[in-house]
Amino acid sequence: MKKTLLAATLAALVAVPLAGHAKTLKWSSQGDFMTMDPHAQNENLIITASSYVYEPLVDYDKDFKIVPSLATAWEQREPTVWRFTLRDGVKFHNGEPFTADDVVFSIQRALAPTSNFKAYVNGVEKAVKVDEKTVDIITSAPNPVLLRQLTNVFIMNKDWSEKNKATQPQDFNKNEETYSSRNTNGTGPYKLKSREVDVRTVFVENEQWWNKDKKIGNVTEVIYTPIKQNATRTAALLSGEVDLVLDPPAQDLQRLRQQAKIVEGNEYRTIFLGLDQKSPELKYSSIKGKNPFADQRVREALYLAIDTEAIKKAVMRGSSAPTGTMIAPQVHGWTQALAQRVPYDLNKSKQLLKDAGYENSLSFTLDCPNNRYINDEAICQAIVGMWAKAGVKATLNAMPRATYFPKVQNYDTSAYMFGWGVPTFDALYTLQSLMHSKGQGADGSFNFGNYNNAEVDTLIDQIKTETDTAKRDAAIHKVLEIHAKEFGHIPLHDQIIPWAMAKNVDVIHRADNRMAAQWVTVK
Amino acid sequence: MLVFIIRRLIQAVLVMLTVSLLAFVLFRYIGDPVTIMLGQDATEQDRVQLRASLGLDQPAPVQFTRFVGQAVQGEFGLSLRQAQPVSTLLKERLPATVELSVVAACLALLVGLPLGVYTALKRNGFLAQSVLAFSLLGISLPTFLIGILLILIFSVQLGWLPSYGRGEVVRLGWWSTGLLTWDGIKHLILPAITLCLFQLTLILRLVRSEMLEVLRADYIKFARARGLSRRAIHFGHALKNTMVPVITITGLQLGGIIAFAIVTETVFQWPGMGLLFIQAVQFADIPVMAAYLCLIALVFVVINLLVDLLYFLVDPRLRSQLSGAKGH
Repeated sequence: MKKTLLAATLAALVAVPLAGHAKTLKWSSQGDFMTMDPHAQNENLIITASSYVYEPLVDYDKDFKIVPSLATAWEQREPTVWRFTLRDGVKFHNGEPFTADDVVFSIQRALAPTSNFKAYVNGVEKAVKVDEKTVDIITSAPNPVLLRQLTNVFIMNKDWSEKNKATQPQDFNKNEETYSSRNTNGTGPYKLKSREVDVRTVFVENEQWWNKDKKIGNVTEVIYTPIKQNATRTAALLSGEVDLVLDPPAQDLQRLRQQAKIVEGNEYRTIFLGLDQKSPELKYSSIKGKNPFADQRVREALYLAIDTEAIKKAVMRGSSAPTGTMIAPQVHGWTQALAQRVPYDLNKSKQLLKDAGYENSLSFTLDCPNNRYINDEAICQAIVGMWAKAGVKATLNAMPRATYFPKVQNYDTSAYMFGWGVPTFDALYTLQSLMHSKGQGADGSFNFGNYNNAEVDTLIDQIKTETDTAKRDAAIHKVLEIHAKEFGHIPLHDQIIPWAMAKNVDVIHRADNRMAAQWVTVK
Repeated sequence: MLVFIIRRLIQAVLVMLTVSLLAFVLFRYIGDPVTIMLGQDATEQDRVQLRASLGLDQPAPVQFTRFVGQAVQGEFGLSLRQAQPVSTLLKERLPATVELSVVAACLALLVGLPLGVYTALKRNGFLAQSVLAFSLLGISLPTFLIGILLILIFSVQLGWLPSYGRGEVVRLGWWSTGLLTWDGIKHLILPAITLCLFQLTLILRLVRSEMLEVLRADYIKFARARGLSRRAIHFGHALKNTMVPVITITGLQLGGIIAFAIVTETVFQWPGMGLLFIQAVQFADIPVMAAYLCLIALVFVVINLLVDLLYFLVDPRLRSQLSGAKGH
């Protein structure tokens, strides 16, 4: 009896929102948001969640062009001074007006020692309030990618943060969580309604959103549920319990294509191989006393022996875009010519190996993650087989990401597979981290093969501060050319990522794999 | 008596220490959470700094001592993934696991016991034989597969029951329960069946074989000879004596159910402790993993201790043995 009553009450509760024109979007992927603090964790899923609630000064449109968000206009007054005019009439979710103080506060917060978003305020010295609706951002040197960086710096409310002791980003070594890791107060299209870690996070429409009239989608409520198990996630979509799955398992794609809908697009992530070219002797190889990868001919031979079209067909089932360069087409600095691969040529590969003195004698270990990139282990397996045809004996060493990344980051590898995405959509991000020799900050921070070229270093340092677009682009192209000619890394393909959804859901696919709920239409 | 209890307690503490040491040492080597926490933009400097502030740069014995010291106070440090105290996380997840486990255990008992009795009494009946054949499935199919099959049939094909999650829950203080709402109950059905199936068949087969054994005993023959009704013989005499081992096994199995709920929780995205553990593994979240393992070890140790003590109270032979042993 009681149960019936409860059920009836529940049914009534559920029926009420359905009566209006409310559209709920339930979506899912493997992991949960680790925090709701917009400056604590630089991770794609968290930034996705933050972007529902918070907004940056400038944002990307669907083609990744910079468009106004909380700032309506900006100008570079001096090489190191940018002036932003702030939008009028914007209110935070708690009703407080949005002012210059909030911007100054948020930039400062992103610069804090505990912030994980320092990369996005890289080169920013400080923000200065000019008047209530104007803010200057001062950089230490000319910064041509500042606007692109700022698309990831979310603006928080100063008073709210101070009142709730959340002026610093959540720090993982303090023995308590901060208020901002579970509560939010932004200006964005959705308000955080409830948060159960690992279970369910609910966002509801912000009726007072300044951009409501121009909103692309029609979703008024967003429910996010992490579902770890691949099969369960697919089942949840097929049974209609979720509307969209961000990371459908590869083996279910065929079925999902028939029973639901798949939207695919290029990701801004390039998959490549890295080779240790600096150690006097390879750590994991049969060749002693010298480093075969230091020889450009060997690197070229390994490149030529890989048939990326075959990988695309057999391993990726058509879902990859083979490339000859280290950046994806959406990234500023990419050109069609650079992306051209040197054609697959087994004979030339064998000849090069012979010339270098490694005919049928080269053996080494290829390290590979098995749960990070799409089909990562299978790709490595295919490559090992292809190399075998050229007389190179590579041993595959695949492991989960928790073990893989520390290993590679400690330079404990001879050859490895990696994928690199570019949140700023500017080539500098790749060039600086992967091709610059190891130095301060981000310079060479992911250059695990120790690729090293003095000219490249000089050019990259120039790209960092060059404000003349033509000169800057020329330098970017030059670096990519030199790197390609020297086979500094072996690029394989750009990932194509599928999103799976119910047939009545329309999305705008994003190359950065962020599911923008405000752009979704549910029919 | 007191000596016996103290000795068992000391043993229990030693077991717990060993388990926590093992957990701790093992997890040292499964990966580095720092790289995952910092993301791809972090510099080497950031990494060193974070590692130092988390205490991950200290030698393992120092870390272990600190871990045990805090664990004794019920404090397992901060989850590296969620930056929340591990004890809070476990407390949040406990209700889900306990409800699932208890419902599964009850289901296993309520269905397994009658079926066991039935198959013992109607040894050669067609129905009894079918039940037995079917029970083979429960023993041999892995939990994972059963869960996926149930989802495929009841969620995807028929659309009757939800495939994941816990549904609507009601909060009673810090305890959250899904048993009070229809939605919560609907979400519980498939995971509970999946989790109970193995135990159910175990109980069924145990009851059946015990019952058959007892039915062959002399006192049953005498009871028959005395002309007692079948009902009185089967349920008054036979079943009663069957129950002793069954209760013991069921008690011990409860610990197993809680521990092995991991698979079921993963398949159904059931927000219990098992799922928390699996997510922690992927992230190399050492404090959560160590705490979970210790907790499960504690459950087993406590249950075993209780069972031992109960035996001691129930079985007079044990007591006489102990007093006899004093002489040596």
